[in-house]
Amino acid sequence: MNVEQILSQFQATGLETCFHDRHINAQIYAGLNGRNWSLKDYEARGGYSALRKILGRDGGEGLTQDQVIATVKESGLRGRGGAGFPTGLKWSFMPRQFPGQKYLVCNSDEGEPGTCKDRDIMMYNPHIVIEGMAIAAYAMGISVGYNYIHGEIFQVYERFQAALEEARAAGYLGDGIMGSGFNFQLHASHGFGAYICGEETALLESLEGKKGQPRFKPPFPASFGLYGKPTTINNTETFAAVPWIIRNGGQAYLECGKPNNGGTKIFSVSGDVERPGNYEVPMGTPFAKLLELAGGVRGGRKLKAVIPGGSSSPVIPADLMMTLTMDYDSIAKEGGSMLGSGAVIVMDETRCMVKALARLSYFYSHESCGQCTPCREGTGWLWRMVDRIENGQGRASDIDMLDSVAGNIMGRTICALGDAAAMPVRGMLKHFRHEFVHHIEHKTCMVGADVTTVKTHG
Amino acid sequence: MVEIELDGQKVEVAEGSMVMHAAEKAGTYIPHFCYHKKLSIAANCRMCLVEVEKAPKPMPACATPVTQGMIVRTKSDRAIAAQKSVMEFLLINHPLDCPICDQGGECQLQDLAVGYGGSTSRYEEEKRVVFHKEVGPLISMEEMSRCIHCTRCVRFGQEIAGEMELGMSHRGEHSEIETFLGQSVDSELSGNMIDICPVGALTSKPFRYSARTWELSRRKSVSPHDSTGANLVVQVKNHQVMRVVPFENDDVNECWIADRDRFSYEALNGPERLTEPMIKQGGVWTTVDWQTALEYVANGLKSVREQHGAAAIGTLVSPHATLEEAWLAGQFTRALGSDNVDHRLRVADFTPAEGVRWLGTSIASLSKLQRVLVVGSNLRKDHPLFAQRIRQAARHGAQVHAIASEHELASARAWAMPLAQTLLGDAWGWPQALADVAAAVAAEKGVNAPVAGEPSATAQAMARSLLGGERKAILLGNAAAHHANASGLLMLANWIGEHTGASVGYLTEAANTVGAQWARAMPQSGGLNAAQMLAGGLKAALLLQVEPAHDSAAGAAGAKALAGAEMVVTLSPFKANLDISDVLLPIAPFTETSGSFVNAEGRTQSFYAVVRPLGQTRPGWKVLRVLANLLQLPGFDFESSQQVLERVQAQPLKLSNALAGTPRLGGATTAPVVASIYQLDGIVRRAPSLQLTADARAAVTLGEPA
Repeated sequence: MNVEQILSQFQATGLETCFHDRHINAQIYAGLNGRNWSLKDYEARGGYSALRKILGRDGGEGLTQDQVIATVKESGLRGRGGAGFPTGLKWSFMPRQFPGQKYLVCNSDEGEPGTCKDRDIMMYNPHIVIEGMAIAAYAMGISVGYNYIHGEIFQVYERFQAALEEARAAGYLGDGIMGSGFNFQLHASHGFGAYICGEETALLESLEGKKGQPRFKPPFPASFGLYGKPTTINNTETFAAVPWIIRNGGQAYLECGKPNNGGTKIFSVSGDVERPGNYEVPMGTPFAKLLELAGGVRGGRKLKAVIPGGSSSPVIPADLMMTLTMDYDSIAKEGGSMLGSGAVIVMDETRCMVKALARLSYFYSHESCGQCTPCREGTGWLWRMVDRIENGQGRASDIDMLDSVAGNIMGRTICALGDAAAMPVRGMLKHFRHEFVHHIEHKTCMVGADVTTVKTHG
Repeated sequence: MVEIELDGQKVEVAEGSMVMHAAEKAGTYIPHFCYHKKLSIAANCRMCLVEVEKAPKPMPACATPVTQGMIVRTKSDRAIAAQKSVMEFLLINHPLDCPICDQGGECQLQDLAVGYGGSTSRYEEEKRVVFHKEVGPLISMEEMSRCIHCTRCVRFGQEIAGEMELGMSHRGEHSEIETFLGQSVDSELSGNMIDICPVGALTSKPFRYSARTWELSRRKSVSPHDSTGANLVVQVKNHQVMRVVPFENDDVNECWIADRDRFSYEALNGPERLTEPMIKQGGVWTTVDWQTALEYVANGLKSVREQHGAAAIGTLVSPHATLEEAWLAGQFTRALGSDNVDHRLRVADFTPAEGVRWLGTSIASLSKLQRVLVVGSNLRKDHPLFAQRIRQAARHGAQVHAIASEHELASARAWAMPLAQTLLGDAWGWPQALADVAAAVAAEKGVNAPVAGEPSATAQAMARSLLGGERKAILLGNAAAHHANASGLLMLANWIGEHTGASVGYLTEAANTVGAQWARAMPQSGGLNAAQMLAGGLKAALLLQVEPAHDSAAGAAGAKALAGAEMVVTLSPFKANLDISDVLLPIAPFTETSGSFVNAEGRTQSFYAVVRPLGQTRPGWKVLRVLANLLQLPGFDFESSQQVLERVQAQPLKLSNALAGTPRLGGATTAPVVASIYQLDGIVRRAPSLQLTADARAAVTLGEPA
C-alpha cells in the first residue's frame, strides 16, 4: 500500500491523525504531513544530529554515557507508556558493566483503548524512534535492540522495517556507527495483537517466542529481562522524545513542560469531540485548551466526563476535569486519576456510564491473560455484573458487590491488568453511582438515546 | 543469612530465600496452590499473599525475596482479607462437585476452602464449563472445570519430566490446560502430575471412582521395579491394593515415582494371578493343595538328584525377587548340592566380579553432578528417576555425554535433557568409543592410554569435559551391563574414572540387582551361570519369579531348552511359564510379603506385607524354607524374613566395581538384551494400563526384546 492510499484510508474515517497545525510546540510531530517520513526528510528536519552529537561526529567532543543519562534525568522526561516512571532513573538502573549481552526494547505494543499516538510516530516519523533508541543504547552500553510493534498495525511494522533499512544503509545502525566504536543492531518484531503484550514482561515473553504472559517481579527487567539478560524497556514516545532533549538540553525540555513533568506529550483525543486526533502539547496544558484544540464537544453538547489517560484510568467528571492541567501530577493528585498513555476519551451528556463501563469491562475480561487468579476470575465477574445491570437485570446489591470485587482484584495480581480492570469500575461508581442505581431501579438508561451504538459483546 | 520477623517470630534463612521458605522453616503454614518446593515459582495462584511491612500491597510469599529486617504478617487482617478474596475467586467458577470428585478428602482446594472460603457464594452468574481432554491411559482429565490454573503440571513437564506435554492454552477465563493439538501425555513420570495437581482436575484413570481416600489404609513399601528402590505408600482397601503413591525420601526418589512404580499394582489384582498351587499331569493343569505340591517338588528334586546328580538341578532367580528370597534360593540350591544358581538373566559376559557391582556413588549425588558420561543406557526409560536427577543436574549446567546406539538414544532429545557430546554407534563399537575417550584423556594428561584409540573431535571434547569440573560420574547402563564385552567396558570406564576423578558405576537393572549379588544368587564354585542353564541340559529347574521367555537373554529359545527338563518348578505370583512348567507355586508379590530390596547405591530397604496374600499364595521365603525342611536340608529354620535378612547381613556388603585385567576391544555383534520400560518384570508386563501407553505400544511395534 502506498502513502497516498494509506492517507486516503485515514481521511475516510474523519480522523485527522497528527497532520494538523493545532499542536503546541510540537517536537515529535513537528512538520509532518504523512509523506515526509523517510531518512532524507528526517535529516532535513535535523534528524540524527543528536546521535551525531553524542558520538562527537558533529565536530564536538561528544557526550559520555553518564552525560547522556544526566541530560535525560535533567529533562524530567517520564515514561510515556502509562506509568510515568522517570526515564533517566530507569536508564541508570541498567548494570552497564554487566559482562554479557544486554538488550534495549521499545514497547510499541500500543493497545490501550483510546491510544493511537505511537502508530503515528512510527508511521510518519519512524527515524525519530530509531535515533532515540540508538542514543539510549549508547547511554547504557547496549548493542542489540528490538522494537516490538503491535500486531494489528502491520503497515506500521512494514514502515518501520523500511526505516530500519534506510538507517542501516546510511550507517546510523550497525557496527561502528558513523565511524565511531559504537555498535547497535536494531530489529523490528511484531506481536499478534494481544493487549497483555504491552505489559513489559509479557512483551519480553512474546519477544522470546513464548505465550505473552507477564512475569512476576522482582526480578525486574533491568536485571533479568529478555532471554534473562539485563534489559531496558521504554515506550515509543519516550524514545522519540530523546533526540530533542539531546539537541536542546535537558533544561530546555523541562522548561517546555512544568516542574517534574518535562516536555511535550501527545494526547490521543477521542470520543465526543469535533476533531478527534493526536495532539502534541506541552505538559501542563489545561484540559480546556486541549478540548478547544480538538474542536470542542461534538454537536455543541455538554461535556459529561473524561477518561484522561486510556481506558484503565478512572473517569473524571466534567466539572473537575475542566479545572485540571494535562500532566502527571495534576491528573493524579487533583483528579484522582492517571495521565496514563495520554488517551483522552471525551464523553458528552448523552453517554450512559453503565454502557460505557460494560464495554470497558468486557475489554479487560477479554484481554486478561488468565495466568493469575484474581484477574482471570475477577474480570469476567465484573463484566458480567455490569452487563447484567446494563441489560436491566441488576440487583440492588450489585453496586456494593462491584466495588468489593474490584477492590479484591486491585493490587493482588501479577501485573497491572488487574488494576486496570478494577480502576474504571471504582472510578465510575465513585462519580456516577446514581446512574447505576437508576439503571437497577428503572431497568433503563438514565440519559437519552446514544449518539452511536456501542456493542458490548465485541 | 538474613533474619526476618514472621508473625512476631524471628527466622533466619539463607539470602535469596523467599518468604515462603522462611515460613516453612518457622513452621508457619501459608496457604498456597501453585507453589511446590520442587518446581519453579509461578506466583500465579495468589493464595499466599501476606502483609509485608512498608509494602503498599500484599505480597506473594512464594515469590517475595527476604530482606534483612523484613517484617511479615501472614495472619494479619490485611493478609487474611487478601487470602480470602483469592479463595473466593478460585471458587466462583469451580464446580464444587466434591461429593463425586476423586480428589475429595485429599484436595488442597477443599481443605483451604474450609479455612478461607465463605459458606455461601456471592457469585450468581453462570459458571464456566471446560471441555474434558483425553490424554492417554494413565491420567484422567475428565473434569477440567475443576482446574485452578496453578500450572504445576505444566512446570512439572518442563522442569522435572523434561518435556512440556501439558500447557495452558488460550487466554483469560478461556485458559485451559491441555496437550498440543490433543496429543497424549506420554512421559514415563506422568503420574506425578496427578499427585501435584492440588484439585481434582488431573486424577488417576486406573483408580478413578474405585475408592474414597478415607476408606484407604496407607502402608509404606518399596518399588520392585527399577534399581531406584522408590519408596511407596500403598493404599489398600479390603485387602486389595487400590492405589500407589510416592513416599517422600529425598535421598532416593524425592517426592516422585515413575509410572511403572505407580500403576503396576493393577497386575496384582488381575486375572493372571496364581492363587493356588498347580501341577501339570498329562498336559493338564490341576489345582492341588500346598502339601501335595511341595511334596511333588521335593520328590521330584530328590529323584533328579539321585538319577542325574545334583549338578542337573539349577535355579534361576529374578533380580526383582527380594533379598531374602534370592539368598534362600541360592542357599537351597547349594544345600541340594548344586552351584547352578543365577540372577544375571540378561547378561552376556559372566566374568567374575570382584565385589558387588553398584552405582559407584549415591543416588542423591546424581542431582549435583557437573560431568556425566552415560554408556549404553536408555537412561530415561530404563531409569526414569535417575534420569530425572541427572536432568536437574543438566538444568544447572552439568555436561551430560552419552555413548549409545540409536536403540538407547533415538534422537538428541530422546532423554529430555540437553546432551553435550554423544558418540552414537552400534553396541559392538562401544568399547572402541570408550577406548577413544580414554586415549583422549591419556593424551591430555600425558599418560599411556590403556589401549590404542584414535579419538575423534567428539571423544576429545568428551575427555576434556570429564577432566574439567567437579563431581563427575561415569554410569554404565543396562545395555553396557548386558554387553558381550561388559568387562572391557567396565575396565575402560574404570581407567577413565581413575584419571578424571569420576566415580564409575552401574545403573543396575532391577530393584534387587545389587541385593541378589550380595545374597550370592550366582555361582560361587564353578556352577552354571544363567546363560549356560538356559542353553539346556538341566533336569530340574526352579524358576523364582523368572519367565525365561521374557526375562532372559536367551528368550524363547531358553524357555524351550528348559522345557526339556524332567521337572520345571515356577514360583511366581502369576500363571507364568505354563508351557514349560510342571509345577506352579503361588508366591507373594512385594505387596503380600515382607522382604528387602537393595537399590543401586547399596541401600537396603525392608518392607512389610501391605495386604494379606491372595488365595493360597504364600511368601516366597516361607515356601523355600518349607521346601528345604521337607528335603531335610539343614540351616533353614527361619521364623521370619527378618531372620533371613540378618543372616544375609552377617556377610558385609562389599560394593566394588573394580575389575583387574587389560581391556579388550570388540565383542559380539549382537545387540545387548535389554527390557523395554514396560516389559521389565512380570508385574509391569501384566499391568493393563501401562501396556496401553505409547512407550509400551512402541516397544511392541519395534519388536523389542520382551
